[in-house]
Amino acid sequence: MKQFLAFIFVIVVGGMIILSLHNNTLFTEFGNNNPSDHYSDSYIDRDVTENNDDVIFGESENLESGPANIVTAIVADYRSFDTLGEITVLFISSLGVALLLGGKKKERMDLHYTPNFMLRIGSRALFGIILMTGVFMAVHGHLTPGGGFPGGTMIASSLLLLYLANDTFRTKVKRFKLLESFAGMAYVAIGLAGLLIGGYFLENFLPTGTIGTVFSAGIIPIIYVLIGLKVGSEITGIIDNFLTEEAL
Amino acid sequence: MLQYAAIILFMIGLYGLLTQRHIIKIIIALNILEIGLNIFIITVGYYEGGIAPIFTSVNATNNLAFVDPLPQALVLTAIVIGVGTTALGLALARKIYAEYGTLNLDEMGEN
Repeated sequence: MKQFLAFIFVIVVGGMIILSLHNNTLFTEFGNNNPSDHYSDSYIDRDVTENNDDVIFGESENLESGPANIVTAIVADYRSFDTLGEITVLFISSLGVALLLGGKKKERMDLHYTPNFMLRIGSRALFGIILMTGVFMAVHGHLTPGGGFPGGTMIASSLLLLYLANDTFRTKVKRFKLLESFAGMAYVAIGLAGLLIGGYFLENFLPTGTIGTVFSAGIIPIIYVLIGLKVGSEITGIIDNFLTEEAL
Repeated sequence: MLQYAAIILFMIGLYGLLTQRHIIKIIIALNILEIGLNIFIITVGYYEGGIAPIFTSVNATNNLAFVDPLPQALVLTAIVIGVGTTALGLALARKIYAEYGTLNLDEMGEN
């Protein structure tokens, strides 16, 4: 009976959403969206150029914010204050997990199997490759798809691999907390430096360089590397909290 | 059409939230609902024939070459917040299991 009522409710809600979107002049059909109708047009325009010249990858210089990836330009430059709040949300959730699951003396949870030699050595070999890929994604966030958040998650996934493949492995949690605090404080420090030099919090005060090179886009790569470090250490802390238990 | 698929994912998640009594299943339903909403927001910015909003070897001579980057940037924020809420929910579930010995909401009052 409960399932039936829930089914009716879900069908009614979904039907109302679909009907309200269907043939609605305010809402474009899938695939017919025109970015010029939206604010994103001004984001693209501002990111491309101020005088509507063509942007050529590897040649155009001194663009307003500089990255080749416009999503990065929005996330780490125009709406960077938003991103600061976002990593604060992640920090608060990792703090909440630590408060809920943390205890004084914590020990590693048993795996119920003994990893053999091949698994341990193979996971160590893979660990470096996954870690390097994560760092690469964080550093190249302004050029390629990716950035600090997926890069940091990859760094955390490499440590999860070690946790799952080695029954005695534990990270030094306190050092990760230090790294996390350092990255967060450096982000705010860059923002304050922008306030001092440019007059706005998180102003892009470094030269933006040639589009498409690693050393371009001003403070955006620095911020994305810091975000990668912070996200990686936070998610590693969450993993450590989940895979340890209080010693009884 | 992808918009309707996203709404159907949202409906599946909502149905799971309404009917399930197991905490892990509720968290999974919440995640399905979130993914449906994220896909929906991304489809809003899609343009027929548009490429990813990255200047590579392609020269973007007009604005219509790129899909809308703004929904993608906003979904990036939403994904991170989804991860945070999921982690917190799972931590609460572990505490509840340690306290009650079960994750089923119906069985909790019986002990």
